[in-house]
Amino acid sequence: MVNASTPAGSESSRPAPSTPQQRLDTLPSMQQRTGSNARGGHDSGGLPKGEGSASDASQLPARKALVQDLNFFYGSFQALKNINLPVYDKRITALIGPSGCGKSTLLRCFNRMHDLYRDSRYEGRILLSPEGVNLIGPEMDPIAARLRVGMVFQKPNPFPKSIFENVAYGPRLRGMSKKSDLEAEVEKALRGAALWEETKDRLQSNAMKLSGGQQQRVCIARALATTPEVVLFDEPTSALDPIATQRIEELMRELCERMTIVVVTHNMHQASRVSHFTAFMYLGELVEFNPTSKVFQNPDKKLTEDYITGRFG
Amino acid sequence: MTQHSQGRQPSNDPSPASTGDAGATQPKSQSPPPAFAGRVAVSAGRRAFERIVESGMFLAAVSSVVLTVGIVAMLLWESIGFFREVSLGEFLTGTRWAPTFEPSSYGILPLLCGTLLTSAVGLTVAGLVGTTLAVWLSEYASYRVRETLKPILELLAAVPTVVYGYFALLFVTPLLQLVMPNLPGSTALSAGLVIGIMIVPYVASLTEDALRAVPNSLREASFAMGATRFHTAWRVVLPAAFSGVTSAFVLAVSRALGETMIVAIAAGMQPRLTFNPLEPAQTITAFIVQITGGDLPRGSTPYRAIFAAGLMLLMLTLVFNILGHWLRKKYREAY
Ligand SMILES: Nc1ncnc2c1ncn2[C@@H]1O[C@H](COP(=O)(O)OP(=O)(O)O)[C@@H](O)[C@H]1O
Ligand SMILES: [Mg+2]
Repeated sequence: MVNASTPAGSESSRPAPSTPQQRLDTLPSMQQRTGSNARGGHDSGGLPKGEGSASDASQLPARKALVQDLNFFYGSFQALKNINLPVYDKRITALIGPSGCGKSTLLRCFNRMHDLYRDSRYEGRILLSPEGVNLIGPEMDPIAARLRVGMVFQKPNPFPKSIFENVAYGPRLRGMSKKSDLEAEVEKALRGAALWEETKDRLQSNAMKLSGGQQQRVCIARALATTPEVVLFDEPTSALDPIATQRIEELMRELCERMTIVVVTHNMHQASRVSHFTAFMYLGELVEFNPTSKVFQNPDKKLTEDYITGRFG
Repeated sequence: MTQHSQGRQPSNDPSPASTGDAGATQPKSQSPPPAFAGRVAVSAGRRAFERIVESGMFLAAVSSVVLTVGIVAMLLWESIGFFREVSLGEFLTGTRWAPTFEPSSYGILPLLCGTLLTSAVGLTVAGLVGTTLAVWLSEYASYRVRETLKPILELLAAVPTVVYGYFALLFVTPLLQLVMPNLPGSTALSAGLVIGIMIVPYVASLTEDALRAVPNSLREASFAMGATRFHTAWRVVLPAAFSGVTSAFVLAVSRALGETMIVAIAAGMQPRLTFNPLEPAQTITAFIVQITGGDLPRGSTPYRAIFAAGLMLLMLTLVFNILGHWLRKKYREAY
């Protein structure tokens, strides 16, 4: 039932220390590093930018984005408080925490979705590698940010257009108009979203007619068609049944070989199944950031442990 | 995982308890019949009232149907009288409309032409201005601007069409004559333009409602792909609101085809078989006004012609309504 490549069953074998190690042996020094800077983030902020030093490069995955001293306000309400968080390249970072703790708010900072609404204000930096532009800086064009950072939403939201037009939306937006180019791009994206076999014979039918899981994969294909560097998933499976959920989770694991993923999830099992790193948030603050196995086996903070053992939330 | 299955077990426990509760309430629900019967007795008067209201509403519904059928029957009856004297072929294919001249001629095509011409000009204006206004109100304007402008817009719809007619004759035509000095004093163009201005509020208001009904998740999806506000509005929101926008246009078509005062005042009362909007024209409605205002004896052929013309107009409106209904059904969105 569970994808064998993910350390899924590891929770049941909780006392055995060998299970988390399997995951961690590619990143041996992660525990101390991120463990020590879960809150302050000074350490990660001080890491050499391009992962310059040889020892760092061998121990840590390259960093794709770095959230520094991020505060976010809805009018006068501060929804995010001094967030410091690294996002590693070609890894899946999960954001967990009780409802209303600011997971979606944090996620939507990366692609400047808050700019669509009045009275939102960012403070701090989200630096995107390799060149280190500040995604939330006033000089950054939100559209330029969205061209590099894609998003998949909680509720599947395909456009009421054909499957083809849904997936071709991004490429068209970027000026692609030749039919053969678009067709190639759409096929590539649908294959990437594991939807090509199911839909290749009915690309012209309306995407709204598909099942919920298929609709969500159309949305993933739509995001992939523009080859984003980072893809944000906001509870992508909360509206889906278990089988559709499993397919999306497998898909995310495949995708992270090519791109960086940040996923908000309400479901701790999902976080433990799919993610490499987990950030636990509470009341707008980042409580703990660590490799997923550490968060679920041996969290640094008492609050994290209380949450993952179901004592609140 | 273990903690969770433990957490779930207690949550299973309350369910037998609740079924036990349901069992306990069952005998209770058998005891109150007397109280229940009492309540029926109290509400007997209310039930009579209910029946009166119900039959009143039924009568209202029936009378609207009866009225519609009656109007159509009257149109048909008088038209049959008309078609005894003028052949249907001449009526539908004749190119000269001159009921009050000698020799008289009853070809509807010039009137049809005038009607379609002024409506087309009007719909072009209303379509462009109304849709743009609706998109701006719905996608760009702030909440406060929208809430101030919409009532004003709806107020514009309350201006009597006579006023619009004189606006066309005394303001729009002279304005057009500044640009085109050879323009006649009455043209299909100025009447059509003002018809357009008259229906802008309807199109804008209904289209705006349709646009606002499009779920925000679609806008967010488009923005997240890197689309601009403009691209999102025209490529996602407007197509997604297609069926609502179609409804707005069906209403606009009906209003334009049936518009009477503006064309009677500003279009020139001259039936001509032309699609040139720079010439005077007469519409079906303007002809009907002309004859009804004159002193032709009832029952004469020119008098009966207004019913045949009216029937024609009804058919035309019906065709556009059916077309709109079909389009709406074909492109119905279910988000
Ligand atoms: N548009 C908004 N305006 C004001 N407050 C908001 C808005 N959206 C979310 N919030 C508040 O911000 C906090 C974080 O919300 P959110 O990020 O959606 O939480 P999560 O995704 O973790 O459930 C909540 O207290 C919520 O009430
Ligand atoms: Mg959320």
